[in-house]
Amino acid sequence: MAHDHDHHHEHAHGSELSETQLRVRALETVLTEKGYIDPAALDAIIEAYETKVGPHNGARVVAKAWSDPKFKQALLADASKAVSALGHESRVGDHLVAVENTPKLHNMVVCTLCSCYPWEVLGLPPVWYKSAPYRSRAVKDPRGVLADFGVKLPKETDIRVWDSTAETRFLVLPMRPAGTDGWSEEKLATLVTRDSMIGTGLAKNPSEAA
Amino acid sequence: MDGIHDMGGMDGFGKVEPEPDEPVFHAPWEGRVLAMQRAMGYAGAWHIDTSRFAQERLPPQVYLGVSYYQRWELAMEKNVVERGFVGADELAAGHALHPGKPLKRKLTAAVVKDGMTRGSFYRQSQAPARFKPGDRVRTKNIHPATHTRLPRYARGKLGVVQLVHGCHAFPDAVAVDKGDDPQWLYTVVFDGSELWGPDADPTVKVSIDAFEPYLDPA
Repeated sequence: MAHDHDHHHEHAHGSELSETQLRVRALETVLTEKGYIDPAALDAIIEAYETKVGPHNGARVVAKAWSDPKFKQALLADASKAVSALGHESRVGDHLVAVENTPKLHNMVVCTLCSCYPWEVLGLPPVWYKSAPYRSRAVKDPRGVLADFGVKLPKETDIRVWDSTAETRFLVLPMRPAGTDGWSEEKLATLVTRDSMIGTGLAKNPSEAA
Repeated sequence: MDGIHDMGGMDGFGKVEPEPDEPVFHAPWEGRVLAMQRAMGYAGAWHIDTSRFAQERLPPQVYLGVSYYQRWELAMEKNVVERGFVGADELAAGHALHPGKPLKRKLTAAVVKDGMTRGSFYRQSQAPARFKPGDRVRTKNIHPATHTRLPRYARGKLGVVQLVHGCHAFPDAVAVDKGDDPQWLYTVVFDGSELWGPDADPTVKVSIDAFEPYLDPA
């Protein structure tokens, strides 16, 4: 029985994938032939997401906030305005909110209903962010979720989970690691991981930097 | 709607499994799906909330059984057919068989940067905000059969307003083609114990972004 099941599963998996490819191709062909879309524009969008938009943009923002108290203040007061002023590839939009981690408070962001995520500063969300395990547990057992990422916070640290249920997008400002005094913004940005800006990780220590 | 998508607080889905060095797309078709969605949105074929609602209406076993971008693709098929842009016969044939419907504009390579820009959801307020930071509120116990942003785990719960985000288009109305119906939007914070009972971790607080119609003074 087990063998039959496995065989069936593998078979179903294989044909499912090719079925999806066929469906996507059919949809694109029909939409193109009907004049709704331009395949060259699709290529350009894909290229932008693969090469221009990504967590390196958010890392720059965080590194600047660590280095420049005035910018940090502006970021926490109105993140959309502060980040737009830096001039990113895709405009940041009107609804970005930055939330600051401190020794007493750790922030973590989720979208339980789907996949809301600050694309403009972090790029497209990773698969785990859109997955049922993360969406279901982040609001109920954030410490358990952090453990899945190998992160253990002190028992007394307050945890705040932000469920992105509307168009507001949240960017976590992680704590600046110790031992980085005098570092340039560029060098600081290498310590800022994507997960540290979602709140499922911490910024890297200087010893972990590449 | 009380669908499978509204999974905050459910048990049994297992561990979160981050993928080291995850690629932006796991297969070329994923990028095509994302880009088609953007292009159709730019063309004004439907709103982003229409797409979200279409995904939520997939049967639960399908929703859980397929990948994220497969869900997008299935929802897009639903939208193009339901809205009369494409015939089911055309999807089956893999070619256009009838003339297209006019659309507001077309995303071409020359204007792709505009297609990457996120629109503003701010709208003119129809009335002053009913709540301010620090106000105690109770979320309503509502179960609309259509799209809503009030998750099940946060219904009928006592919370405190932390932030006022201004007046926004109301997804519950937009998703069912009832216009923007602008509403004030607030970040409302709940104690873990209010949501999950006395055994909840006392260090945890959870917030949602709640539109004014979801809230009563408390």
